[in-house]
Amino acid sequence: MDAAPEMIKGKAATTVERPLARVPLVLNKRNFSWLTERISGVVENPAPRWWWVSFTITGTVAMFGMFCLGYQISTGVGTWGLNHPVGWAWDITNFVFWIGIGHAGTLISAILFLLHQKWRTSINRSAEAMTLFAVMCAAIFPGVHVGRAWMAWFMAPVPTYYGIWQNFRSPLMWDVFAVSTYFTVSVLFWYTGLIPDLATLRDRATSKIKKFLFGFFACGWRGSNRNWRHYEMAYLLLAGLATPLVLSVHSVVSFDFATSILPTWHTTIFPPYFVAGAIFGGFAMVLTLMLPARAMFKLHDIITPQHIDKMAKIILLTGSFVTYAYVMEFFTAWYSGNAYERFAFWNRVFGPYWWYWWVGMLFCNMLSPQLFWFRWCRRNVYVVYFVCMCVNAGMWFERFIIIVGGLHRDFLPSSWGLFIPTWVDIWTFIGTLGIFTSLFLLFIRFLPMIAMSEVKITLPEADPHYGSTNGQQPAAAGGKERM
Amino acid sequence: MAAEYPSAAALYEAAKVVRDAGFKRWDVHSPYPIHGMDEAMGLKKSWLSAVVLAGGISGLLTAATMEFGPSSFLYPLTVHGKPTNFFTVPAFFPIMFELTILFSAFAAFFAMFIMNGLPRLHHPIFNWERFSRATNDAFFLVIEARDPRFTEIEARNLLEKSGGQHITIIHED
Repeated sequence: MDAAPEMIKGKAATTVERPLARVPLVLNKRNFSWLTERISGVVENPAPRWWWVSFTITGTVAMFGMFCLGYQISTGVGTWGLNHPVGWAWDITNFVFWIGIGHAGTLISAILFLLHQKWRTSINRSAEAMTLFAVMCAAIFPGVHVGRAWMAWFMAPVPTYYGIWQNFRSPLMWDVFAVSTYFTVSVLFWYTGLIPDLATLRDRATSKIKKFLFGFFACGWRGSNRNWRHYEMAYLLLAGLATPLVLSVHSVVSFDFATSILPTWHTTIFPPYFVAGAIFGGFAMVLTLMLPARAMFKLHDIITPQHIDKMAKIILLTGSFVTYAYVMEFFTAWYSGNAYERFAFWNRVFGPYWWYWWVGMLFCNMLSPQLFWFRWCRRNVYVVYFVCMCVNAGMWFERFIIIVGGLHRDFLPSSWGLFIPTWVDIWTFIGTLGIFTSLFLLFIRFLPMIAMSEVKITLPEADPHYGSTNGQQPAAAGGKERM
Repeated sequence: MAAEYPSAAALYEAAKVVRDAGFKRWDVHSPYPIHGMDEAMGLKKSWLSAVVLAGGISGLLTAATMEFGPSSFLYPLTVHGKPTNFFTVPAFFPIMFELTILFSAFAAFFAMFIMNGLPRLHHPIFNWERFSRATNDAFFLVIEARDPRFTEIEARNLLEKSGGQHITIIHED
């Protein structure tokens, strides 16, 4: 870090150009007030017609989902297609699917923050919101699949009349703590990040109601440096806490399977494999939501091709992790010499759910992200969108293959069975897609979808040494000089 | 007394001037945190981290009590034929970890508010109409009249000398 400016000074004191100039993160030399205007404008201007159309559709789908949940809770788990031997199917698949999606938001907001990846600022707010909504959708499934959802409080370790306590050594109990902690910390992190931007909206608000509401939630923030000092420390520490947390959550989810003795579940590769898969699927969902939002609100100068390129590279990286894990599982099954393990993996590829593997795991998860080796593909939004859709679907199939694939062929052939979803299964899942998209649409309508105060730091003029005459131009990325 | 500065760089230089003049009750306002401003203002590292450490330790202890209390004493439950004593800690560890994170995060969140004196309903600075741009694109420096070194003439001179514009006196109400 120190060597670079020295080199420039020594080599060519007259030129101010850096040997490796960075592409600016905000294009067309936009200034602070343009950013404020454009991002706040999304919230302040009347909702565009497409927003109402989309919200009507997603809201209707969400209502279907709510109805199915109500029907399932009031009637019983028998409304789902669960039966012996498949006791976990779409419910837990959906749970793992949604919770995995959440992970990309935390990765962007926490891990990339610790790694000084300034490009995260354009996407972190909406990715964090996506995390919250995904975790909400995820929490529905374990909540209702227990059957008597009103007994869910049994999971809380409180003294009861019965004197019975929880088994704290159960992975399912770990799950309760991991997911609830994850949701709480994500909310705190998200809200902390929102405060300065809520203050911006408060200061721009025209109506009394808006002024009161934004003012209330902005908590009297006034951008004072004495406040920023503690704020930045709190933000850094929350990022530092969220980083191990996010890695632990999907590891704990994978323990639900890994601690069992079923073939294909009982593997030590699961924690890293699940975490990589979560980030893989989550980034695909971030792009799925961001690309339309970017086009609709004309945010091309803030979410630039560079951002999409970088996210595509992360999808390629994590997709390759996942591919490696898939291949390794087959190798381990063969190398173990265990007949049940070998059969389970043979069955994965050629059994009754063969096409789930060929389409979901092989094509969607292993092959489609390989397109991102090519710059042209990473820069073409249609290709990116296609791959993201493949990954979204592929990751759902992957979880289904792991869960139902492990269950439907029991140890005794007489206990074999298949899982056939009922309409309640199907509509509950589609309903959560509706809940998720509706919440996201509400979010972009009522809260700033891009972290204004954070994007402003990436502008070159944000640097306090900007325009100084000592021949050192700050990095285009702003802030700390990094080569 | 408040002044507006045209850029982050100007505010940064002005902060150094005010710091060297020996003022104590003053602050700068900017739409985003300016890196290096803490040194320019003569502020030390935030001690919020100490609060978070305390939060983390209390989370760990809470989890340990909550788990071993019932599992070892109140309702010993034999799982996998393993003992119920402290030596089986690995299986108890995930919840200890989660609660450590949870309590630390709450500590960071609430400590940030309390140390910043937030939430507060009003502040005299909001009486200045130019200040509404502090969260948009403007940079301000405010010296409070409560500062022991404060005199109207000296403060005004200092702000003018450092390049401040729109120098205004803001009243309490």
